[in-house]
Amino acid sequence: MASTTIPANQAFAPSSVPKLNYLNNGHTVRSWLLTTDHKRIALLYLISVTSFFFLGGFFAMLVRLELLTPQGDLMQADTYNKAFTMHGMIMVFFFLIPVVPAILGNFLVPLMIGAKDLAFPRINLLSWYLYVIAGTLFLHCMLSGGVDTGWTFYTPYSTVGSNTNVIEAGLAVFIVGFSSIFTGLNFIVTIHRMRAPGLTWSRLPLFIWANYATSLIMILGTPVVAITIVLVAVERLFHLGIFDPALGGDPLLFQHLFWFYSHPAVYIMVLPSMGVISELIACFARKRIFGYKQVALSSIAIAVIGFLVWAHHMFVAGISLYAAMIFSFLTFFVGVPSAVKVFNWTATLYKGSITYATPMLYAFGFIGLFTIGGLTGLFLATLGIDVHVTDTYFVVAHFHYVMVGSVLMGYLGGLHFWWPKITGRMYPDGWAKLSALLVFAGFNLTFFPQFILGYVGMPRRYWQYPPEFQVLNVLSTAGASILAVGYLLPMIYLMWSLRYGPIADANPWGAAGLEWQTASPPPTFNFEETPVVTWEAYNYEEIPAPKELEAPVAG
Amino acid sequence: MQDSQANTGSVATIDHESYNPALRHHFADPQQQKNAASLGMWLFIVTEIMFFGGMFCAYLIYRLAHFNAFAAGSQQLNIWMGAINTAVLIVSSVTVVLAVKAAEMGKRKALTGYLVVTVLLGATFLVVKGFEYAEKFEKHHVPGPTFNFTDKFDDNGKQIPVNPKEAELFFSLYFAMTGMHALHMIIGCGLFSTLAVLAWKGHYTTNYFTPIENAGLYWHLVDIIWIYLFPLLYLISRHS
Repeated sequence: MASTTIPANQAFAPSSVPKLNYLNNGHTVRSWLLTTDHKRIALLYLISVTSFFFLGGFFAMLVRLELLTPQGDLMQADTYNKAFTMHGMIMVFFFLIPVVPAILGNFLVPLMIGAKDLAFPRINLLSWYLYVIAGTLFLHCMLSGGVDTGWTFYTPYSTVGSNTNVIEAGLAVFIVGFSSIFTGLNFIVTIHRMRAPGLTWSRLPLFIWANYATSLIMILGTPVVAITIVLVAVERLFHLGIFDPALGGDPLLFQHLFWFYSHPAVYIMVLPSMGVISELIACFARKRIFGYKQVALSSIAIAVIGFLVWAHHMFVAGISLYAAMIFSFLTFFVGVPSAVKVFNWTATLYKGSITYATPMLYAFGFIGLFTIGGLTGLFLATLGIDVHVTDTYFVVAHFHYVMVGSVLMGYLGGLHFWWPKITGRMYPDGWAKLSALLVFAGFNLTFFPQFILGYVGMPRRYWQYPPEFQVLNVLSTAGASILAVGYLLPMIYLMWSLRYGPIADANPWGAAGLEWQTASPPPTFNFEETPVVTWEAYNYEEIPAPKELEAPVAG
Repeated sequence: MQDSQANTGSVATIDHESYNPALRHHFADPQQQKNAASLGMWLFIVTEIMFFGGMFCAYLIYRLAHFNAFAAGSQQLNIWMGAINTAVLIVSSVTVVLAVKAAEMGKRKALTGYLVVTVLLGATFLVVKGFEYAEKFEKHHVPGPTFNFTDKFDDNGKQIPVNPKEAELFFSLYFAMTGMHALHMIIGCGLFSTLAVLAWKGHYTTNYFTPIENAGLYWHLVDIIWIYLFPLLYLISRHS
């Protein structure tokens, strides 16, 4: 282990942004819209995905405001159906699925493996255009009346019941699905074929492992939901009976096909965030991740087992008891690799020199929210309890903890962590810490009461409820308001930091990882020359911590 | 999936003997680029298999649930047109293989010729398919308000009446599956026409013919899907 094993933090100490980087390499609109640079495409995604996040958040606020009072006074039942459908579809298909892979993954995968770009840069750009086309279609669908089927498109309501624009929404979901298929395909090929010399699989950052597992789900699952939605559209158009019991079809088949993708989709959302958390915890505890190999393989295990649990969404839909028992067991089983991750992260913290930097606060938030979400998932895997709480707010609270709380914690933590790399500027630390705390507090205040609401019997998807549920609903709406502030704050101060933030050097955290060995922001082709890797990931013992992060020595 | 470490080791320098204008900047050498492209194509094929898998799954389940109707519906398909199309596709797969071989050998005219023949065979398939669909319209076997199915299921002399709704389901799946397959054939014909033009212009060399190989993989995939569709839809119920 010669001096080359130590990432050269000291080599870069710029007081100004490097002269030539990917951001100022071309200023025209054309140089952005026709770029094949993965870093620029990541920024295009950042803008479009963030827009959809706030649109989805707007519908969430509508839903929460309606539920402030027991009467249906803000909107009619039909409007409420559309509001929660729009919220669900936007958040699931246009925000949660692309958010971490398409933004952070796009930016970081080539940097972390020492490549100049993803394997297929033009397909990468195509996938962003597919996202935009799908988004535009969806916006048109929304403005021309919206959809009221819920994000799940359940048949036969979506094929013969609903008189809203289901086909257009389906088409949008179909197209955005291909956007994510292409991202996944690109990642897998890149990770297999483009790694820098010496960067073996056992030296890969865990973020790469997580995105690899995510990509597997994307390419295996997404086509199935695509064909399912095509069948729904065809059935609506030509009055076929594939899912219509009146015509010999079976709605249960739709549910099987839909959840075959849509359950693993939950892991598409959360796995990349888990990868982010591994990076954050290793950096801010300044330790090698405890049980690197187990954490890496648990990502793959989650992807594989995650494909075998879909029918737990259908325990009350009339599947056989034996099938239900097997799916119940497998659902418990998928908790094992998830728990491996949580235990290994906490074990990494043990005797680490922990810094409470903003990204680390988000990482702690992730562990908290994911643990609550994961454990309540085990409640739902239990057949008896599932029957009791099916279609209640208990389910809503559970999946928001896992899909929303955890994913956003990972995403925001990662965004803050790599913000200096992406923009060359530091964010304002005080505001960032405040928003991390607000998000954590607001999230728990919003969704914890919903566990109780669901357990005592409040069903989801109703716009009215009995008055005795009001106190908890008011708490939840209050929490949602705090949450909204917590999400808006980063938007404001991160934009502020683009101009006024202190200039970041190449490696402000003293972090391991190839992405920190190039300038901030990186040049267009990422590295001056292809790096050669001779060290394990997270070799924090060999990297000096930055001065301000050094733990004070106990007296 | 072997690692590409060995290939990425050398820093890319322009060596005039192996200089390749098709090499994109982010790859270290042509071999790495080729490996990436073919892995990408194989992964795309996996997504296609999953895509069709959803429909095969639906077919399997409904065939089990409505066996008589599916068998009776199957007997109404035109086995000769199906067989001709199967033969056409198998021959087209051979011409694709010959095209790839010609590209490997750098035979520009032969390459273009095989690509054109492949497109023609693909078009033949689509024309035959068109006649077959027309026949379905004439027999009122197209799902929808005009659907009419009076056949009985013939199980070795026993005539079992068939629920027309269930038969309609068979034809729904028939049209969905063969229609999606035909769409892939149309895309394939467009793809191969483009390749033929580029090949004629001398775009492909013995150093660079990855698009021919990958388009070939796509064509074989579409063939193989038909190889499964033909027995499942046409043959499986003709045991008597």
